[in-house]
Amino acid sequence: MLSVTEHKEIEFSSALIKQFDEIVTRYPQGKQKSALLPVLHLVQAEYGWVSPEAMDKVASYLQIKPIEVYEVATFYTMFFLRPQGKYVLEVCRTGPCCLVGAEKIMDHIEKTLGVKEGEITADGKFSWRGVECLAACGMAPVLQIGPDYTFYEHLTNESVDKLIETLKNKI
Amino acid sequence: MARKLLLENINVPGIHTFDVYRQNGGYRSVEKALKTMTPDAVVEEVKTSGLRGRGGAGFPTGMKWSFLAKPEGRERYLVCNADESEPGTFKDRFLMTHIPHLLIEGMIVASFALGAKTSYIYVRGEMMPQIRILERAIAEAKNAGFLGKNILGLGYDLELYVQPGGGAYICGEETALIESLEGKRGNPRIKPPFPAISGVWACPTVVNNVETIAAVVPIINDGGEEYAKIGNGRSTGTKLISASGNLKKPGVYEIELGVPVEEFIYSDEYCGGIANGKRLKAVVAGGSSVPILPANLILNTINGQPRLMSYESLSDGGFQSGSMLGSGGFIAFDEDQCIVRNTWNFSRFYHHESCGQCSPCREGTGWMEKVLHRLEYGHGKMSDIDLLVDVSKKIEGNTICPLGDAAAWPVASAIRHFRDEFEWHVNEPKEAVARNYGLAKYADPLPKLEEVVSS
Repeated sequence: MLSVTEHKEIEFSSALIKQFDEIVTRYPQGKQKSALLPVLHLVQAEYGWVSPEAMDKVASYLQIKPIEVYEVATFYTMFFLRPQGKYVLEVCRTGPCCLVGAEKIMDHIEKTLGVKEGEITADGKFSWRGVECLAACGMAPVLQIGPDYTFYEHLTNESVDKLIETLKNKI
Repeated sequence: MARKLLLENINVPGIHTFDVYRQNGGYRSVEKALKTMTPDAVVEEVKTSGLRGRGGAGFPTGMKWSFLAKPEGRERYLVCNADESEPGTFKDRFLMTHIPHLLIEGMIVASFALGAKTSYIYVRGEMMPQIRILERAIAEAKNAGFLGKNILGLGYDLELYVQPGGGAYICGEETALIESLEGKRGNPRIKPPFPAISGVWACPTVVNNVETIAAVVPIINDGGEEYAKIGNGRSTGTKLISASGNLKKPGVYEIELGVPVEEFIYSDEYCGGIANGKRLKAVVAGGSSVPILPANLILNTINGQPRLMSYESLSDGGFQSGSMLGSGGFIAFDEDQCIVRNTWNFSRFYHHESCGQCSPCREGTGWMEKVLHRLEYGHGKMSDIDLLVDVSKKIEGNTICPLGDAAAWPVASAIRHFRDEFEWHVNEPKEAVARNYGLAKYADPLPKLEEVVSS
C-alpha cells in the first residue's frame, strides 16, 4: 500500500532525465503523460522501488498532478511501493504453472530463503512473491527477476537452489 | 506437414536479425504494398483473406480496419496489443522473441493500410527482454529505410514505438490498453464510442493482436485468396496454438485451422500425448477464460463428430457442450489434476486482475474466489455450488468489459461438467484434501444422442 511519510526531496540523475526526455518525444505535443509507465519503470530500475518522493518528482517532470502518478503506480502490480530485496524472485502462480508444480517451487523458495512472501531476507538480498500469469505456460514453472526481468524456465528445486546460490555470490 | 505461414523460418539461425530475415524473403510485403497497392487495396486483401482477430475475440480484421474513421486533418493510430496475459497463452512472446521482424513488417503494412504515421506496440511490462528485442529490430529496420521518413523513397512516413505496460491483465482489453497508453489506470472505457472513432488521444485507432498483425505479411505476399484456401469454413489461415499443462511436448505450434483436436493432442507432429503416461481429464482450449471441457467433450462434439481446432468446431454445442478457440491457449489437464483447485486458482486470477470499476466483477470475482477456496479446503457446503453458479450468472453480461464474462465462464463450466467432483469435495472434505478425485467418468465415450434424448 502507498503510505505518505516524511517528505524528502530527491533529484534524478541527469542520465535518468536524459532517458525520460527521449521517451517524451514518442508522443504528440502535450501528451507527455503517456510517458508515465515507461518513466516509472526506469525509476524502479534505478531505486529498486517507487517511493512517494520519486512519484512526486515524476509528477513535476511530466507536469501532471501527483495523484495521477499515485493512482497509476498503485494500479499496476509491477511497481513496488516499498523497498524490496535486491533480487525479487517473482514466481508465476497461475493455473498452467500450478499444473506442473509451481506451488511446490514457491514452498521451496520460502524454505530456502527463510522468509515469507513479500518479506526481505536479513542480508537485504532477496524477497519473493507469487505473481499472476507471465505468459510462459509452455516453459512452466517459471520465475522472473527485475529490473531486466530475466526469465528462468522449467524450474526444479535444484535449479532454484543453483540460481539463489549464484545470486548470493554476485556482488 | 502442415503449411506454416508465420513460423516457416523460425529455425533459420539468426532470423531475429534484419539481414537474415531479409535474406529469407522478409519485408517483401512492405515493398509490394507501398509500390503496387493503395491503402484501400491492402484493406480489401485482408478482408478477402477472412483473417479473424487472433487475440481471442475472433472479429474479422478487414472489417475492423474498414470501420476506422478518417476525418480530415486528424491523426490515426495503429496500436499492437502485445499485452499477452491470458493464462495459457504465450504465442506472442514466442513470436516477438524469435522472429521480431515479422511483427514489425506487419506493423508497417497495416499502418500504411490505415494511414497511420505513428504506431505503437504495447508490450506487457514483464516482457522487458522482448521490449529490448523489438527496439533493436526497429532500429535495424529504420537503418535499412523501412521505417522513418519517406520509406524506401516512396513517400510514406512511419514512426514505430514500443510502450511497456505495468503488469495488468485488463490492459489486454483494447480500451483499457488505450487508457494505459495515455498514462492512466487500465480502466476499460464505456463503448460507444469505439476506438475506430475515438481511441488513443481521442483519435481514430485500431488495436490488433501481435499474431493478427503478423498474419498480414503472408496475406499481402501471397494474396488474401491464397490465405483463405487454408483452414476450414470461416476459420481461414493458420493459428498459433500455445500448448501447456500436462503434455509431453508443450510449446507453440502453428496449425492449419481445422486440425482434429485428437490429432493435436496425441500426434508427434504436435503435443505428442499426455505427459508421464497419464490419461487426459480435461482441456481449456482457448485460454483460461473459455469454458473447460472434460476429455470426452473436447475430443468429440455432442453429436459424435470429431472436434476440430477451429472457431466453429470448438464452439459447437454452445456453452452447454462446447467452448471457444479464444486466443489459442490450449491447457491440458491429466487425471491427477483437481478441477476444483484449478477453478479456485483461475478465480483468484480474475479477482486479482479485476480493475474494480464495475461492482458485479469487483465483488463477484472475490466472492467466487472465497467460496471456491473453502470448497477446495474442505469447508464447503452443498449450497455453495449453486451459489457459485448464481454469482457467475450475475457477473456475466453485467460489466463494461468482457473480464466479467471471462471470470464467470470458467466457474460456470467447471460446475456444469464436473459437478460430481465439486459435490465430492463437500461430501468427503477430508478425502478431498488428501487426494484427488481422479479421472472418474470424464473420458468415457459420450452416450449416443438418441439415448440422451430418451433419458
